[in-house]
Amino acid sequence: MEPSLASYLALSGILFTIGAVGVIFKRNALGMFMCIELMLNAVNLTFVAFSRYYADTTGQLFVFMVMSVAAAEAAVGLGIIIAFFRNRISIDVDDASILRN
Amino acid sequence: MASTVLFFLFAGFAIACAISMVYHKNPLYSAISLVGVFIALSCIYVTLAAPFIAAVQILIYAGAIMVLVVFVIMLLNLDEDKPLNRLRYLYAVGGGLGLILLVQTFFIFYAVMRAPQQSVDVEQTAGKTLSIGQAMYTEYLLPVEIVGVLLLMAIIGGVILVRRLEPGQLRLVVNEELDRRNEEQEKDDFRVAL
Repeated sequence: MEPSLASYLALSGILFTIGAVGVIFKRNALGMFMCIELMLNAVNLTFVAFSRYYADTTGQLFVFMVMSVAAAEAAVGLGIIIAFFRNRISIDVDDASILRN
Repeated sequence: MASTVLFFLFAGFAIACAISMVYHKNPLYSAISLVGVFIALSCIYVTLAAPFIAAVQILIYAGAIMVLVVFVIMLLNLDEDKPLNRLRYLYAVGGGLGLILLVQTFFIFYAVMRAPQQSVDVEQTAGKTLSIGQAMYTEYLLPVEIVGVLLLMAIIGGVILVRRLEPGQLRLVVNEELDRRNEEQEKDDFRVAL
């Protein structure tokens, strides 16, 4: 007996909730970045579960796309974090409130 | 039966790792917890008959992205998060958002449970690497090309973002920041003196 589709969706929703709350609670830019990755993964799980239960490849293809976007996001996001660290000597998002230089 | 047991095992592991990721103040502990989430999700993908996605999950997420994150953590030599002193109301906002999302999750769970159950075709080929490859290079060729361009943009953007400043420029930036901090410190001292 397989677990039902609903349980996969519930797991995905719980992981997404933890990620969304984490983005707000974390002050560290890297922590926020990791929470965003967690949310992307929660959505991926939904895609794969639907792909399984509707016997359709499209969902898994979109998981692949989401992973590519996550890789691009990692490259650019970490670049921004490093550039920010060079300017402010911290990665605290509260220090990013000044739009000068 | 076995797949149900495995699902609950890995689901519990994933949720525990996710909570530990948000809980830990040290970014390195967070990163390692996140790797745990990725591995648990990859195992769940295997039980969902998606071996290709499971392999790619380990390769791209746990392999490439997390190594990059850990490199950046090591490179920046961060100290731990300071306790929140500003933006305290964000705790309320975050708690409210979390509550709304949890209620929504349980609503979805309830609604899908009530809907007629889908039966899974055990012999399906949807997760096979062959069928994914065929779909990728026939029906979804344009999105794959767009992803290629996106990755190229990310490469160029990453290189441009982290280019080194000239030593003189860098010193200027650092001095300015230290001056700014000293000023703030003085202002605070002044306030305390008052």
